Amino acid sequence: MASLYELKDLSKRYTRGKETITIFEELTMSIPQGDFIAIMGPSGSGKTTLLNLLGGIDRPSSGSVECEGVRVDKLSEGKLAKWRSQHVGFIFQFYNLMPTLTAAQNVELPLLLTKLSGKQRKERVATALDIVGLADRKGHRPRQLSGGQQQRVAIARAIVADPKVLLCDEPTGDLDRASADEILETLQLLNRELGKTIVMVTHDPSAAKYAARELHLDKGRFIEAKAEPAQ
Amino acid sequence: MNDLTLIRKNLFRKKLRAILLTLSILIAFLIFGVLGAFYKVWNSGAELAADNRLVTVNRINFTVTMPYAYWGRIQAVEGVEAASFANWFGGYYQEPTRRVQTFAVDPESYLNVYPELVFEPEQRAAFIANRTCLAVGRDIADFYGWSLGDRIPLLSNIWQKSDGSASWEFDICAVFDGREDYPANYAMFHYEYYNEDLAFNQDQIGWIVIQTQSADLNASVADTIDTMFANSPAETETSTEAAFSEGFANQFGNIALILLFVVGSAFSTILIIVGFTMVTAINERTGEIAVMKTLGFPAPRIFRMVLSESVMLSLVGGLLGLGLAWGMVTLIAAAPGVSAFLPGLSMPQNVFIGGIGLAILLGLLTGIIPAINAQRVKIVTALGKQ
Repeated sequence: MASLYELKDLSKRYTRGKETITIFEELTMSIPQGDFIAIMGPSGSGKTTLLNLLGGIDRPSSGSVECEGVRVDKLSEGKLAKWRSQHVGFIFQFYNLMPTLTAAQNVELPLLLTKLSGKQRKERVATALDIVGLADRKGHRPRQLSGGQQQRVAIARAIVADPKVLLCDEPTGDLDRASADEILETLQLLNRELGKTIVMVTHDPSAAKYAARELHLDKGRFIEAKAEPAQ
Repeated sequence: MNDLTLIRKNLFRKKLRAILLTLSILIAFLIFGVLGAFYKVWNSGAELAADNRLVTVNRINFTVTMPYAYWGRIQAVEGVEAASFANWFGGYYQEPTRRVQTFAVDPESYLNVYPELVFEPEQRAAFIANRTCLAVGRDIADFYGWSLGDRIPLLSNIWQKSDGSASWEFDICAVFDGREDYPANYAMFHYEYYNEDLAFNQDQIGWIVIQTQSADLNASVADTIDTMFANSPAETETSTEAAFSEGFANQFGNIALILLFVVGSAFSTILIIVGFTMVTAINERTGEIAVMKTLGFPAPRIFRMVLSESVMLSLVGGLLGLGLAWGMVTLIAAAPGVSAFLPGLSMPQNVFIGGIGLAILLGLLTGIIPAINAQRVKIVTALGKQ
């Protein structure tokens, strides 16, 4: 598989008062296009930080993050915002939907950054909601939906602009088992059928089993635990 | 959906808060609109003043009279086209509360210097010819139900006749209008008719109105007049009609300053309340703003959206307030008798336009800090707090 991400000698350090905290040091890894990786590890191991660096919402202390030949860590804030809108879909633990907008409007949000017409946007939104099985809930506001449904709306929002990569931060962390399984099956479907590259951070070993690869991040190093999906 | 939808939805996400904020802005603009309309009426004398009209008054104060003979001397000054005079009668009809703003004038010369007063030709002639004639402004005639031929007594709360009474009998022989916005809310009668019966202060006049040959000559004519009466028992002060009207209006205090203080207080309070609420409202949405940034919304666009939210709130409240002010002013102006005392009361266009400008300014001022805060939201920090 062709490589989507190339991370070279990636380091991330935070300064808290006079203390410098190193999250990881000289991390090097490659993420092939179409991969589905689950990143596990203890709290504070840097899972979410890595996801933020991949998504271009944080910058490394040193090293490089390259996506399809683009040095993401070198982009200006403005270009980074544009790059994110075109290449990355984000799925958060707590869905992070806009409470004042309907499901369809939430899904439409990333499309406001495109030049698509209103009609084209509507078609895209309908398709995205259809993929996650919520076509009949498009007029509902987040508070009128269950947690699982809200996360599916969030997935629709993440895929509506057709990004190559989906970055999921504990996507099932706030859901019951049945809803979590539905979400993970949807992610698996997106990976297999639509070829989306997925990087998922999770604490849940049973969630990680849906991924093609499990990587354990500990003390700034990766340990590959599984190479093939179990389910 | 577009940015406007997002702005609108965010603005009214907490309905009670939005309604209360809108209401507070509305009240400020209601005050602004109504006071603006009243200020226009108050100040209309200065606005309607002719460029080439001067007013000479006693230097002590315009309520202190000066000799009648000054009128003749002023007419002879170089650069004076015409001159007339008037004296304040301080009249009322039947009861002191039923005031009639009345001047004792020399009709022919007075109408010459005030072409803004519109008379039917035969009524104009009747006013000039008939020494007991009272020429009444249309607004006053309508208010008291007077018509041509009526004989009415007017009492003065300043002057007395030699027989001890303060009542003068008049025949209404003319009803006049004002050209365009010129007020027609007063009455005039012959100075001679009033002067001959006065118990005191005979042959004295209140002010002299001078029409110069050109506005360019105003300064030199004023100078000549004031120099002519310097070191006399009644020194004069000559100014443009606009300055005189402004001075007359300001005898009750600096109205502009009072209005500025009232409106300024209202707006300062609103600025603090709305500004603080907007900061709080945007702080509550830090997580959502971080999500929008994550999705790819650039910081300048978020800045514009937050600022637009504040401007929209201010405009909604402002337009409602100005609209309500317009309604109130229109209702007041239509009430019986109001046009007699507040002629031309209406919502001036410049108050409306100024109000809209003020609403935009208020929106920008109250929105700038929250907009900067929103623009500066750090995604990682904001999402990490969830």
